[in-house]
This record gives sequence, C-alpha cells and structure tokens, in this order.
Amino acid sequence: MALSKEQIAQRIAKEVKNGYYVNLGIGIPTLVANFVRNDIAVEFQSENGILGMGPFPFAGEEDPDLINAGKQTITALPGASFFDSATSFSMIRGQHVDLTILGAMEVSQNGDIANWKVPGKMVKGMGGAMDLVASADNIIVAMMHTNRAGESKLLKECSLPLTGVNCVKKVVSNLAVFEVLNGKFKLLERAPGVSVEEIKAATEGDLVIEGEIPEMTF
Amino acid sequence: MINKVVSNVSEACKGVDSGMTFMLGGFGLSGIPENSIAELVRLNVNNVTCISNNAGVDNFGLGQLLQKHQIKKMISSYVGENAEFERQMLSGELEVELIPQGTLAQRCLAAQSGIPAFYTPAGYGTEVGEGKEFREFNGKMHLMEKAFVADFAFVKAWKGDEAGNLIFKGTARNFNPNMCGAATITVAEVEELVPVGTLDPNQIHIPGIFVQRIFQGEKYEKRIEQLTVRTRN
Repeated sequence: MALSKEQIAQRIAKEVKNGYYVNLGIGIPTLVANFVRNDIAVEFQSENGILGMGPFPFAGEEDPDLINAGKQTITALPGASFFDSATSFSMIRGQHVDLTILGAMEVSQNGDIANWKVPGKMVKGMGGAMDLVASADNIIVAMMHTNRAGESKLLKECSLPLTGVNCVKKVVSNLAVFEVLNGKFKLLERAPGVSVEEIKAATEGDLVIEGEIPEMTF
Repeated sequence: MINKVVSNVSEACKGVDSGMTFMLGGFGLSGIPENSIAELVRLNVNNVTCISNNAGVDNFGLGQLLQKHQIKKMISSYVGENAEFERQMLSGELEVELIPQGTLAQRCLAAQSGIPAFYTPAGYGTEVGEGKEFREFNGKMHLMEKAFVADFAFVKAWKGDEAGNLIFKGTARNFNPNMCGAATITVAEVEELVPVGTLDPNQIHIPGIFVQRIFQGEKYEKRIEQLTVRTRN
C-alpha cells in the first residue's frame, strides 16, 4: 500500500534527531511535528520569526500576532524566541538550522528541486524556499511520487522553473525512500507492500537498486 | 529628546506621492501597517512600487490598493491568497518581481545599514539569478543582490515612545524592524504610544534614530488569515 500523507510525515519524523533545530515547509512537512518522539529535544523554526513553535492554540486563545509561515495561528513553547526576518534568514543561510523538510512539485536525480511556479498557471512565489535550499546541508523532500496525471515527479531533469540546484539529499514519497547520490536516486526503503517493480514503473529518473530493499518501519 | 510624534495618519503620510516606492512591513496580515495602508488608499496615490513580503488578501492589507489599481509594481516573495493580484499579474496589468524571502529581508537590512550590495547563495541557478552578477566563495556560487532604494517605509510596532523607539510583539515583528531606516522617511504606527521614559531601554527593538514619524493607529482590526485551533480533550 502506498503511504498516506500522514504516513509520509511519520516516516520523515524518524530523521529528526535529538538537539535538532528544524524548519518545516507548508503541506506534508507541517505534519511531521505531530510524529516526532517526545523523549528528544527538538525546536521548530518558522521563518516568519519564531523558534520554539508549539501546537495550534485552543479555540478562543488564538493571537493574530502569533502565526507560522503558513499564516496559521500557533503557540509558542517555553523557551521560544521571536525575531525579525533578517535574523530568521541568518539562522537559515548561516546553517544554524539542522534539518529542512519541504514539499516539491519535481525533484531531479542530481538533487534539483522545483516547487514555486508553474508558468502561465500558478505563480505564488518562492517565499523562503530558495534561501532554505541554497544553504541547508540537510534537506529532505516530502512528496507524492506521481502527479494527478500519474506521471513521475522524480525526474532525470526538472521541467518546471527551479527553486534550487544540487541540494536535495533525501526524498520520502508515498512509495519509497531515496537518497540522492551521484546523480541518481538510490532506493533505500519501500512502502509496506509496494514492490521494487512498482517503484521502477512509477519513477522516470535513474534508479540505483542494490540488494534486498527493506520495507519502511515507523 | 528628539520628538518624532505626528498627530495623525494624514500628517504621517505628508509628502507621499504617485510614482513613489514604498516599503511595507508585515507577514501575511500579521504586523501590517493597517492605518497607513488605509491612508494610501484614501490619498489615491497611483503608479507606486510596493516592497512587501506579501500582497494582502483581496479586501484587506495591500489588496485594497490592488483593487483600486494603485500599484504599478510589487516586489514580494509570496503572493498566493489573492485572486485579484493573480488576475492583474497574469493579464500583465501589474508588474511583479518575486524574490527569495531572505534576500528581501537582507536587501532591506542593507538599505538600513548603508551596505550597497551583498552576496547570497539563494536563487543561484534559478531564474532569480538571470542577469545578475555572481561569484564563487568557498567553493559555492553566490548572487550579488543590491540594497533597496525607497521613498517611504511604513512599519507597525506594538509599542513606541515619543522618541520613536519601538517594541514589536510576537511574529508581528517580521520585516518591520528591517525596514526601519531603510527608506528616506520611516513612518511607524503603533498600537500604544507612550511618553519617553516609559519603555525600558534594555527592551527596545528599534532605536528612534531609524524612525522619522510615529503615531498611534486609530484602530487595529488585526485580521487572522488562517485560523487554526485544537480542541481540548
């Protein structure tokens, strides 16, 4: 069975380690916070100016002066801090943030990512994504393996305008986990019940498949 | 004490004219200079360039200026959530320059601090880098980005004093401090304007030297864009 969006987030949560500062993008990445072990110390950064972001507020306790980068109302945990946008991107460009998790429309086998524009159709802008992918050492992409037409989003080359080049290190899709290595997608894990053949059929980019590929655990 | 207080928003916006470039603080609808935006709508200045992370929603924030076709060009990082914006952009009525959010913040900071240009890796290898100077540092490619040049910066703070010292609240801080002193004239609107000596100098986020005019906003709607809550178990 292919993973649900929640299960993609649950699998990615295993990559979040004790002591990490983590930036979560909009969409599936936001869900990752729900699955991080509660016996490790992790702080979430939102690029609009908070470190130590907490869960959504209880109804009636929402504060228009306290939102995340998706403009959703949030809370601040004990030990949180607020800061201006330039300071926020000093944390990001200065590589003080340990892990960046973001969504993508396309990823290529050399680690290029496209997620901000569909020419002539959708032009919302890159927000902080270009700064994040240009500087972060550790970037994980959370995405559905194929688009609505059933076409692979893991490609030899991206067709959409790029957000960044040579930057994605790992991809977790609803079918599999890949490491981007030496210009190819190295298959690391399969979603439970999904065969290597199914993954091959759904992937346009070049794959590296070595030995037995284990099923994901959560 | 050098007094920066002006009596109201129309005095604060004195000198504003069509064709000018404005910086406007805020992230989404959080921390936007609501009163100054309302005055820009009322003054009906047009052909203006706006530097702002977002473009408001259809009927609030900068969306109000868009509805009246007052904006010639927007310089932003993210402009979703605004149907009229998208329509004007795709039809070519509105010129739009989309730039990375960190680059936007740093171009404000550069203008504030007298740095004409800087290098950043953000956008290298993408269409953002087209036509820009680039250079390698420590084995990595970087783009040269320039400080903004603007006529007015409109910012919103939580508290301010007569000397123009500012304190921001929560994530409503965002671009506001970075835009102070980054334009010829900085107009700060605050929820609460207090006499000098009231604010603790240790807690000031922006010293008054970066602010030319300060006033207390008449009212704040502080609209929430995405209300998300959890339920008590």
